[in-house]
Amino acid sequence: MNTESNDLQPIAAAPFLPTRPFFWSVRRELWENKSIYLAPLIAAGVVLFGFGITAFTLPQRRLTALTLESARQRAAIEMPYDAAAMMIMFTAFIVGIFYCLDALYGERRDRSILFWKSLPVSDLTSVLSKAIVPMAILPLLTFVIVLATQFIMLLISTAVLLPSGLAGTTWQLLPWPRLSLMLLYGLVTSVLWEAPIYAWLLLVSSWARRATFLWAVLPWLAISAIEKLAFDTTFFIRMLVRRLTGGFEEGFVVVHYPKDAHVPVVDRLTQFDPLKFLSSPGLWIGLVIAAGFLIAAIRLRRYRGPL
Amino acid sequence: MACIEARGLRKTFGTTVALEGINLRVEEGRILGLIGPNGAGKSTALNAILGLTAFEGELRVLGRNPWNERDQLMRDVCFIADVAVMPRWMRVSQALDYVAGVHPRFDRAKAEGFLAKTEIKRTSKIRQLSKGMVAQLHLALVMAVDARLLVLDEPTLGLDILFRKQFYDSLLNDYFDRSRTIVVTTHQVEEIQDVITDLMFINHGRIVLECSMEQFESRYAEVMVDPDHLAAAQALKPIHARQSFGRSILLFDNVDRQELTALGDVRTPGIADLFVAIMGDKAGQGGASQ
Repeated sequence: MNTESNDLQPIAAAPFLPTRPFFWSVRRELWENKSIYLAPLIAAGVVLFGFGITAFTLPQRRLTALTLESARQRAAIEMPYDAAAMMIMFTAFIVGIFYCLDALYGERRDRSILFWKSLPVSDLTSVLSKAIVPMAILPLLTFVIVLATQFIMLLISTAVLLPSGLAGTTWQLLPWPRLSLMLLYGLVTSVLWEAPIYAWLLLVSSWARRATFLWAVLPWLAISAIEKLAFDTTFFIRMLVRRLTGGFEEGFVVVHYPKDAHVPVVDRLTQFDPLKFLSSPGLWIGLVIAAGFLIAAIRLRRYRGPL
Repeated sequence: MACIEARGLRKTFGTTVALEGINLRVEEGRILGLIGPNGAGKSTALNAILGLTAFEGELRVLGRNPWNERDQLMRDVCFIADVAVMPRWMRVSQALDYVAGVHPRFDRAKAEGFLAKTEIKRTSKIRQLSKGMVAQLHLALVMAVDARLLVLDEPTLGLDILFRKQFYDSLLNDYFDRSRTIVVTTHQVEEIQDVITDLMFINHGRIVLECSMEQFESRYAEVMVDPDHLAAAQALKPIHARQSFGRSILLFDNVDRQELTALGDVRTPGIADLFVAIMGDKAGQGGASQ
């Protein structure tokens, strides 16, 4: 019996693509970490719930908005849609951070690393299949979920405004295609900008024996503190904050209106500026550092066994 | 080509020497039982063979260096570390999907066949399964891989007698054929005595005994000595003596059977008895190493 199956093996094994282990490893991540899609979905649910229960005031608010000058008018109409996008993006960012911290630590803690390592999957494939979650899967999911949420919001608003004859104003004044494009572009620039953060977290999770969060955060705070004490400067902490929060703005022309706080947020991010983004040394230095962290994480996983 | 070949395989953890440069050769088609007390270096040796730990010296497994080529090696090598390594969050169906996805030599139908003989439900999560069922699942996955080397490190730890018996039965009946090689470590030595073809004792990072089971049976004899022959028996220099129900049981190494038969009932010793004799109080100085 066995010789028969042995003879068949080469034929059955022939169509085995080298990318298959990677594909299945990514699926595995999604099986294990349902929060990758559940958390943004729940955030979307909360947004829709909030939008839904305040919808009855929408006709009144819309009438007020229409009395404003055009830029503010648009901003007022856009506001809930931007807020929805930001809330879902923020949720995804948090999910990404905690996912990375656990990605290479959890498998050592529960000893399953021995099971994974008993299969013909390289450390390179394993680590990359984890890195791709915050760097491609979460942004993509965020994009789709934000789009769907905004579309449902559009439908709700249309339904609510229909009786008062204002339904058309949303469709007229909300630049939805531009918003979506901005979102997509912003997500791409964010991920590239934040890549060293995710890579650092993955490195910590492959290295630390406990308290991954503390190991991830404290060294940077320590460096900042030393800088402050030694030179009384704050370059380092400001660089960190910019790295952490600046992702979405990096790719746009950011116009600050310090005197007029009422100027709509959206107008500050009107211009896509890929050239500025791509020519920023911060982006490339960050990417090089990210690659270094990832390579270190891949190397480390080879040495790592159960805790 | 030998399945596993090591020359001067050495591993230290800081100042602790786990393996003292051992030489090892496991031919294809053998079932090797690797026996040793806790901390003897068994797991270190297995980890080196499986590419889980770096080592000094020379080691080839199926012609590959395990540390540098773990992922390619794992196409031909399977291992069960102990029952607790299957990811607890995973569903049985997902485990099947995943292994089928990443392993080119996994025969899913075969695994399903093994699982059909158990009570394991496809939709269960692994955390919901009993310890024995997890072992059955892991074994089903491993046996469905057309591997050339299977490494089992304490595979039946914590299982009840029934499962343990079943485990080795299915391993022998449904899996082993002369082209595969199995290396197994366990503290339950008595249950692998009839399973293994080769025996190796390891202690303090050294190989203390290495023999095939045929050699084991012809070389070692245990005699329940008649009280009046005790002095004559002692003269033949037994390597170990113990008392049972008031009678002396002596263990001999390389003593003519004819001579022994005259002294009392002769039988092949259990691996456990030889283990105690060699490792017992003298811990590795038993003079039995080759």
